[in-house]
Amino acid sequence: MEWEVVIGLEIHVQLATKTKIFSGASTAFGAEPNTQACAVDLALPGTLPVFNENALRMAVMFGLAVNAEIGKRSVFERKNYFYPDLPKGYQTTQLAEPIVGPGFVDIETDEGVQRRVRIHHAHLEEDAGKSLHEDFHGMSGIDLNRAGTPLVEIVSEPDMRSSKEAAAYARKIHAIVTTLGICDGNMAEGSMRCDCNVSVRPKGQEELGTRTELKNINSFRFIERAIDTEVARQIDLIEDGGKVVQETRLYDPDKNETRSMRSKEEANDYRYFPCPDLLPVIIDDSYIEAIRETLPELPDARRDRFMSEYSLSEYDAGVLSAYRPQADYYEQVVKQSGDAKLAANWVMGELAKFLNQNDTDIKDSPVSAEQLGGLLVRIKDNTISGNIAKKVFEIMWSKGGSADEIIEAEGLKQVTDTGAIEKIVDEVIANADKQVEQYKAAEPDKRGKMIGFFMGQVMKATGGKANPGAVTGILKQKLDALCD
Amino acid sequence: MFDKTLAELAQGLERGDFSSSELTQAYLQRINALDSRYNSFITVTEEQALAQAKAADEARAAGNAGALCGLPIAHKDLFCTQGVRTSSASKMLDNFVSPYDATIVSRLKNAGTVMLGKLNMDEFAMGSSNESSFYGAVRNPWDAERVPGGSSGGSAAAVAARLTPAATGSDTGGSIRQPAALCGITGLKPTYGRVSRYGMIAFASSLDQAGPMAQTAEDCGMILNAMAGFDPMDSTSAERDMEDFTAALNQPLAGLKIGLPKEYFSEALDAGVAEQVRNAVTEFEKLGATVKEVSLPNTELCIPAYYILAPAEASSNLSRFDGVRYGYRCDNPVDLEDLYKRSRGEGFGAEVKRRIMVGTYALSAGYYDAYYRKAQQIRRMIQQDFINVLNDVDVIMGPTTPHPAFKLGEKSSDPVSMYMEDIFTLSLNLAGLPGISVPCGQTGGLPVGLQIIGNYFAEAKLLNIAHQFQQTTDWHKQIPAGVEV
Repeated sequence: MEWEVVIGLEIHVQLATKTKIFSGASTAFGAEPNTQACAVDLALPGTLPVFNENALRMAVMFGLAVNAEIGKRSVFERKNYFYPDLPKGYQTTQLAEPIVGPGFVDIETDEGVQRRVRIHHAHLEEDAGKSLHEDFHGMSGIDLNRAGTPLVEIVSEPDMRSSKEAAAYARKIHAIVTTLGICDGNMAEGSMRCDCNVSVRPKGQEELGTRTELKNINSFRFIERAIDTEVARQIDLIEDGGKVVQETRLYDPDKNETRSMRSKEEANDYRYFPCPDLLPVIIDDSYIEAIRETLPELPDARRDRFMSEYSLSEYDAGVLSAYRPQADYYEQVVKQSGDAKLAANWVMGELAKFLNQNDTDIKDSPVSAEQLGGLLVRIKDNTISGNIAKKVFEIMWSKGGSADEIIEAEGLKQVTDTGAIEKIVDEVIANADKQVEQYKAAEPDKRGKMIGFFMGQVMKATGGKANPGAVTGILKQKLDALCD
Repeated sequence: MFDKTLAELAQGLERGDFSSSELTQAYLQRINALDSRYNSFITVTEEQALAQAKAADEARAAGNAGALCGLPIAHKDLFCTQGVRTSSASKMLDNFVSPYDATIVSRLKNAGTVMLGKLNMDEFAMGSSNESSFYGAVRNPWDAERVPGGSSGGSAAAVAARLTPAATGSDTGGSIRQPAALCGITGLKPTYGRVSRYGMIAFASSLDQAGPMAQTAEDCGMILNAMAGFDPMDSTSAERDMEDFTAALNQPLAGLKIGLPKEYFSEALDAGVAEQVRNAVTEFEKLGATVKEVSLPNTELCIPAYYILAPAEASSNLSRFDGVRYGYRCDNPVDLEDLYKRSRGEGFGAEVKRRIMVGTYALSAGYYDAYYRKAQQIRRMIQQDFINVLNDVDVIMGPTTPHPAFKLGEKSSDPVSMYMEDIFTLSLNLAGLPGISVPCGQTGGLPVGLQIIGNYFAEAKLLNIAHQFQQTTDWHKQIPAGVEV
């Protein structure tokens, strides 16, 4: 039987506010446990929440960016359940009246599948703290630094039909929230977490199959792998005559398997009701329009502009526009170097390689866009070759400095003086009788390839500094003269 | 000197008849000597009180004394007080020392008041008799066999026994006005949002409101001056200009339009209470007021609506008491569930548990619409009833309670009969309106309270009306037999 996969995603995005959604405590990541939890976050008796307007602004920005209706009246509700890292015994969230109503984003997978994914709604809520179950001798440690961090939970419709589409959708949401600057996008630190609702049904069937929910997946790669694993499990189960049970499952990336966390029967009755400590949030058109004015260029628009303005391929434009710091960086390099294609090659090539190898975000790149732009200028004006440029880049990365300073200090300036190059070419030819004979013996149309050897010798002799274009010309001229 | 009102003590301090230190010392001695009769204090903060009194005397000497500087006061034990146990009269918080001051505590502190201690109450403010306290019942100074009312029973008893000239209370369904009535003192529940709730341990957030309790309306106005005002820490506090609640006390009442709801004078009302309230209304007519009968048709729905909404909010508000971060934790929990069940099972008293269960039930899947949503609809109807009547009259008057103080234990096995004691008070919490209870007579040797209900933010008017009544009557000056002053 042919199966169709149906996927809906719930993505939690941590908003990049300086302080928490209902208290003045800092949201910075990585502090000592429980040092960023104030009386409100600890849910001390008598404390009350005060809504952080920045979180509202960011949620509205998101809503506008995904073509959504904005809730002019939104209401915080309490979701009641007991857990040690949930200090109040309830999570303050939105249910019946969320801040962001129905919207959509358009996605495209690597294979070129295009799809519009509808967003059911997105709501504001507070994050819980963290329970740590190791290193406490059978006890659990609780860190409430994260408690009260503002989240937007983005709930999609079940519109995705493959794990690749799910990952593409998650990437698109990531691109949007980082472009808006409302989330740092750091998935390893949990700034964006994904729950995947997965079901399968016989192709052509209208009715949805029973779904399972895969909780807290924190990388695009794991989204794909977790869904593929779960889909295979569900299909095997059904084909063996079993039934999928509606339940929450956990994906274990080490074993590449999903396992049951809790079934629907064990689910809490959350007893939602409007939070009496917070007033309904009322906003008007002028508030929304003022925020619309501040929206930066969004990833789709930027991708299209990169294609038209810089003549980039759709792929390059898509990659460069997906992450705002990278797109900004790229545009700065273009501005500096005046060469969009060369800039694209370097940002996606050498720079990306170094960033990956050193696990560094482009925002923290030791080589600034200005430095890289300056380097490309020197490639373009033939001061250095592309190969030497890589050497300069490496020094730039590890020791800093401008391209000109490094070229000067390391004596890497390209030799373009024809006389000097001719002298070296003559020496190389004089010391390579065997290769010269082979060159002469070769068919004229094969000779071009054989220049490589002589080129290598000249570069070796000049420490790579000879202008490759000039060397090629002179070599060709001199060798061909020998053949006559 | 213990018969003096707060205003009279303020004059004494200003004249230099006595210092705040002397005054404070005298009250502390009186509490130590007499409170074993009433059990109105949970904690007496002698050391802090004397330090605050000394600071107040120094401020006065330096010419920096405000209206409340150096005056003793005591706080209901659900207001967080930095460095002092704040128990909400529960075993759950018997070990809880607050690291911060409630907004009203710090405002009164900044105004120069001296905190004598923390007052007994019903556990988590849930009760109408002060019998649910972990620290034992409070006794009514008028009759030690009777309850002082609740939940601010300690506050009312302490003022009535002249152990403090004034106290703070909180009122979710009548918890200031009902004990004020039963103990023969004056208590004001302000408009919802008038006084910050930050640092007041929540019972039912949409109903809770803090207010002053003292011998007179004038004293209540003096304290409200310090308590009231917008607080950025409480999203539900009202942004309004500051008012002086003692400035308009002497406005004449000629032309005042009083409404008497016919539903408040039914056969269920104690005859003695009804008589005293009617006498009081007659007194207002002598002062130039006109009286007419009005109707609050949904009065009988107040109790069922309230006993859905208040427990629903309470069931959520009290979830934080889980034995994890502070407060009571059971011995040797075997796992998380055991920790929760036993900490809460052992830490909360019976009435609190009853309300958590009722509230949890009312919010449960499948019951929400039938209970919580319906109760919210009734709440709006009740509010509309009041708005309609207050478009027609200036204030509404009636009994604060259907009976005078009842006997200890009399209603403790019958929660519904206990809940009925709040029939006249809790509708104001549902509507968010201000109300004041003023001593207006006695029946069988027990005080009777007159409740005056005003429009939103009409506290100054209520205080003016109550003050004028207290200029021509002396019910507020009656002191229980056996209370030596």
